[in-house]
Amino acid sequence: MEPTGSSVRQAARDWIEENFDPQLSLRAWLERLADSGWAQPAWPADWYGRGLPPDEAVAAYEEFNRVDAPGPPAGLGVMLAAPTIIANASDDLKRQFVRAVLVGDHLWCQLFSEPGAGSDLAGLQTRAQRDGDEFVVNGQKVWTSGGQIADYGMLLARTDPDVPKHRGITYFALPMNQPGVEVRPLIQMTGESGFSEVFFTDARVPASAIIGELNGGWGVALSTLGFERTSLGTATGLGFRLTSPGGSRFLAQQEVSVGEFIAASRANARSYGVGGTAMTAGGIVPLVTLAKGLGRDHDTEVRQQIVRLYTLASANTWNGLRAGARLRAGGRAGPEASLGKLMASRIGRQWRDTASLVAGPEGMLAGEDGPLGGRLAMQVLATPGPSIYGGSDQIQRNIISERVLGLPREADPSRTMPFRELKVGTQMAEAGTAGPGEAS
Amino acid sequence: MIFTFTDEQTELAAILRRFLQDKSPPSEVRRLMATEQGYDPQTWAQLAGQLGLQGLVIPEKYGGSGAGPVEMAVACEEMGRALLCAPYFATAVLAVHALLASGDQAAAEDFLPGIADGTTIATLAVPEADGAWSTEGLQTRARRSGDGYRLDGRKSFVLDGHVAGLILVAAQADGGPSLFAVQGDADGLARRRLETLDMTRKQAVLDLDSAPGRLIGAEGGAADVVTRTLRQAVVALAAEQVGGAQRCLDMSVEYAKIRMQFGRPIGSFQAIKHMCADMLLEVESARSAAYYAAWAAQDGSDELPLVSSLAKAFCSETYFRAAADNIQIHGGIGFTWEHPAHLYFKRAKSAELMLGTPEEHREIAAGYLIDRSAGPA
Repeated sequence: MEPTGSSVRQAARDWIEENFDPQLSLRAWLERLADSGWAQPAWPADWYGRGLPPDEAVAAYEEFNRVDAPGPPAGLGVMLAAPTIIANASDDLKRQFVRAVLVGDHLWCQLFSEPGAGSDLAGLQTRAQRDGDEFVVNGQKVWTSGGQIADYGMLLARTDPDVPKHRGITYFALPMNQPGVEVRPLIQMTGESGFSEVFFTDARVPASAIIGELNGGWGVALSTLGFERTSLGTATGLGFRLTSPGGSRFLAQQEVSVGEFIAASRANARSYGVGGTAMTAGGIVPLVTLAKGLGRDHDTEVRQQIVRLYTLASANTWNGLRAGARLRAGGRAGPEASLGKLMASRIGRQWRDTASLVAGPEGMLAGEDGPLGGRLAMQVLATPGPSIYGGSDQIQRNIISERVLGLPREADPSRTMPFRELKVGTQMAEAGTAGPGEAS
Repeated sequence: MIFTFTDEQTELAAILRRFLQDKSPPSEVRRLMATEQGYDPQTWAQLAGQLGLQGLVIPEKYGGSGAGPVEMAVACEEMGRALLCAPYFATAVLAVHALLASGDQAAAEDFLPGIADGTTIATLAVPEADGAWSTEGLQTRARRSGDGYRLDGRKSFVLDGHVAGLILVAAQADGGPSLFAVQGDADGLARRRLETLDMTRKQAVLDLDSAPGRLIGAEGGAADVVTRTLRQAVVALAAEQVGGAQRCLDMSVEYAKIRMQFGRPIGSFQAIKHMCADMLLEVESARSAAYYAAWAAQDGSDELPLVSSLAKAFCSETYFRAAADNIQIHGGIGFTWEHPAHLYFKRAKSAELMLGTPEEHREIAAGYLIDRSAGPA
């Protein structure tokens, strides 16, 4: 029997053989990669992809990773914005944005959540009002990852407050580099700053930058959230191991040659198996190493918990393989495909608890004094993130129980009321009915 | 190809599900679990005659269909779903794999055709008073006597031991732990059915008093046979657990959609929805683990010793949690004798403790993942 995607592997190898040249500038390489369709082999062939099923795309990526070929800049442009635009926007917008993401001209951020609209995202208050060929945007977003460096934002704004909340939202591609947009970094509980607040004061966005239809933004937002759920739950890295710098602020970094870039990246490579890879099956490696170093590898409870962690991580990987096999066999994705994000946060918690068990009193220490050079403490502190961002665990369970198991929707009387009459965010305060400690 | 069922495997599942809907509905499960022998001889004969299931992994030259662990997983999943009351696991999984693993061709020729055609009910008797599936420290002794052997000792936790016509007994011989075939009606064999938590799968205690036994394989060969048999058996059991767990999830979801409280289905409350969503996550993950282990067994992968134990531990805990949550979602009715939920609860608890507890299997896995892993990178 043929190994998975053997003909795709051969095609990728042939193309690499002919086109991969360490002498090229990073920029020239990214352009070559984007125009060939190999930068995103699972995207449609008409839009810089090759239309491959997911498991064949994985096979292709493995070939590129074999030579450490750098891929397009990582981030929300490749992960969310471009797929959303391909699925929902006009051809003009696709031409403007898709390739620009792949060659690194634009970095994107997601302007969805607001102080008053988290899990109930459709309750968002940021307004966009028509002014000729443009819309004028006022309001505030929060938890904006990469807001400080983004060139464009996927903006959800209210364009009609007189209809029910889901029906008056429009989805824009908003230019971030303009006077009406102010980005203030937020410090998260790890002490790092990965996200920010974004304030709009008469910011402007052209009407031509609407993704989908005017007031049709909710459906477009759901497609973005779908892409987010799938990519956050993916157990194994679906993509290039090495990614290029990008975004208008960093374009100069693309002038180095591919060869120099790879060499520098290898030199920077941190020891493997900690941090971001804690959610993969390899996540037990640092814990086993630590347990041996501390002489706790024969402790019964430590051994049980390490195996529990490995089991969950393996099950998540196998769920992904099984979903891929079903797609490949021409079937529809089974329920296992929608479970990855929920599983990922469970794995994160198991990693955290196992790490703390292994570390014992050392778990009180951080930074240079802490286990694994401080990385254990950082990972323990980072654990709450995945069960909140991209739709909390509770929202994921709602989605799974309603869409997969067919259980009835939670009652939501606000679904049918005009947005203007809802108590949400500051709208509640203006109506003078906010309870103590609520919206400020 | 891993995780891709062939048309034949899919068809096997569909045929068996229809067969079990007809032959093993809840009323029949309740009737049989209350009987002494614990199975229906006519259904047992049809399982062999119409479906060839007793001989599923028996090679064709011994009258079986020569299928593998993936087909066995498919079959066990369906039987677990239906709570089939039959000595299937003891016969077609434990005894067959032990005979095959022994490499004893004469024994295979003598015993496997009878198993395949449904004539012989067989089982494997390894545990003694402590219930351990290990050949270390066996108290049961075998001594040479003329052409054969005589066995003395007590075997316990013997699946379907009270009805088996062929009992493969692990006993200590001069050459080490060895496997012996003892006939169910042998002189010197006394057997008693044990009262079990799970009434749908019977167990027995066997007293051997100079009972005649036939050596299977070589003297001293039982340790290897039991180890290899167990790896295959826990994979089949994991699949059976997935079938049962899925049924618990289905029952929960069906009930949550129709049970009205506070003027709406209880399945519209997040407290219930979230339990069901977590159950789905665990059942699907358990299914992936069981199937992955089945394919590892099918391919003869060197991952099998690790992943068979991972699957057994995970599927055990998943099934029991699903069975317990199913009762919780049903409320009072789920706690009654009348409702089928308790039958799954009992099967789940019993299967969790059978062939090694989750803790024991995780300890086996720890041996591979921790003790044998390379040192600091």
